[in-house]
Amino acid sequence: MTTETTPRATPAQASDRPVHVPSEPIDGQGAPQARTAPAAIPVRRLVGVELRKSFDTRSGQWLLASLGLAAILTTGAILAWPPADQLTYSEFTLAIGVPMTIILPIIAVLSVTSEWSQRSGLATFTLVPHRGRVLVAKGVAAVMVTVPATAAAFGIGALGNLSGSALAGVDPVWDQAWVDVGYFALGQTLLLLTGFVLGALIRNSSGAIVAYMLYGFVAPGLLAFLAFSQQWFADARPWVDAKYNQDALLRGALTGDGWSHLAATSALWLVIPMVFAVLNVLRSEVK
Amino acid sequence: MISVDHVTKTYGTFTAVDDVTFTARPGRITGFLGPNGAGKSTTLRVLVGLTPPDHGAAHVLGRRFRDLPNPGMEVGVLLDASAQHAGRTGREVLTIAQRTMGLRSDRVHEVLDVVGLSEAEAGRRLRDYSLGMRQRLGLAHALLGDPEVLILDEPANGLDPAGIRWMRDLLRGYADRGSTVLLSSHLLHEIEVVADDLVVIGQGRVVAADTKADLLAGAGTHVATRHPAALAAALTSAGVTHHSTNPSVNGRGLAVTVLRVEADSETVGQLASTAGVALTELRAADGAGLEEMFLALTADTQRDRQPAAHNTSPQGALA
Repeated sequence: MTTETTPRATPAQASDRPVHVPSEPIDGQGAPQARTAPAAIPVRRLVGVELRKSFDTRSGQWLLASLGLAAILTTGAILAWPPADQLTYSEFTLAIGVPMTIILPIIAVLSVTSEWSQRSGLATFTLVPHRGRVLVAKGVAAVMVTVPATAAAFGIGALGNLSGSALAGVDPVWDQAWVDVGYFALGQTLLLLTGFVLGALIRNSSGAIVAYMLYGFVAPGLLAFLAFSQQWFADARPWVDAKYNQDALLRGALTGDGWSHLAATSALWLVIPMVFAVLNVLRSEVK
Repeated sequence: MISVDHVTKTYGTFTAVDDVTFTARPGRITGFLGPNGAGKSTTLRVLVGLTPPDHGAAHVLGRRFRDLPNPGMEVGVLLDASAQHAGRTGREVLTIAQRTMGLRSDRVHEVLDVVGLSEAEAGRRLRDYSLGMRQRLGLAHALLGDPEVLILDEPANGLDPAGIRWMRDLLRGYADRGSTVLLSSHLLHEIEVVADDLVVIGQGRVVAADTKADLLAGAGTHVATRHPAALAAALTSAGVTHHSTNPSVNGRGLAVTVLRVEADSETVGQLASTAGVALTELRAADGAGLEEMFLALTADTQRDRQPAAHNTSPQGALA
């Protein structure tokens, strides 16, 4: 990171109260000194700051730690109660992915809503009076968290697969290719961005988390029931149900038309709400 | 340099800020004074771009706030010391700002020193901070980029008397080396001792804006005597306007009448001498005068109605 400080004396070094600021010569205009205009703040620096802000509180550290903890607990549960047929690598990675579909979006939700719920936005948006840039930095920072999460899922899943097959006395089955890692990361990213958009739309931590839970865990059950009882909805479902396609993507089961369905539902449920959310954040008053 | 030009902000039918115009000049401390709910904070939020105005514009250092490339390096802002994530440590709050601005990391240590927060205090989380510590941290946050403009909303809230004195000295030091300091308060006495210029706001409108000296000059002279009729006659015959306030009792139990006279002390002393009236007190009606002005200017905007403003001068009457 570059530092653009003007060569000036710092205000004071004394540690006792009261502190007097050493006077500097004042020119005729009363301006302190000719200053060079500071350089603009690059978005790259903001991404670093936003990443730091996501994990510099206890709750943020717990969320980060819970990504790994949940992966280990899930793996342990599979080893303790193995399924009837033979264990495969994908059973571990997919099971580990489930708690991540909750934790990653919560991280994204809080990175946006805490600026309002905790009112830190007052400082954030005065230091960077371009809210669009702050939102981009937050989005990029949140998406970056899927990288260690994906690595943890496949790393811990591999250890689980090795242990499981050793316990059963059989050769491990490696049924995941590199492309599956990509599907997993993309699926998690889409869910995380859904959380991000809900956070920016609702701008209240608990409200946005509840909305995400409805989206991720209540709505799919209701929609599955509707598809089961109504044939017309069963036919239309891939074109309107975003979570349905995202789950298929996470499983690596998206083929052919599936990608069109994913694109359509992402445009409807992710891109359009994001436009509204961003406009809302740009226009709203920060108090 | 700060300039606010015809800024208006309404919420529904409520006009929070009504055509507010003023300037804060470099090398001076400008006090932004008004009762609760007068529109001070809204004006300051418009100034730093957090609230979009309906009309008008605000400029800092000749530019709109959002056009400053790295605002923290030029304008130090403290709007609400409690508006920080409660789970962050004080040092972390400063570190985030330091990184955002792209400053050296030892700058955090320096400003902690300036505001008198110890390293141990800086390691505590904000939810465990007293209001006074939050104010010091908020001030450290504003000073971090070594800005030439300071915008502070009620910075003395929660500080003890020593802290208020310390803050006053700090701000005076900044103004003396050429910075522009704008600070708001609803407490007249807090602003009066530190400000060079005053902007008084009531019900969203600027009701007075001038140098403190000029505002005080209009406040007249405070006179006490046990012969009010003779003094009043002398003043009236000299064509000097005066108001009699309630008679009060001095230390020896004798009635003393206090007058507020719209002339300087020397004129009043000369007139009293000529008329042969003994005075028990004669001084410029500085603090009391400004307080009367503040109460009068904001009387119809106050939640708590004040009794006739020119009759209230408790300090003077009891002096």
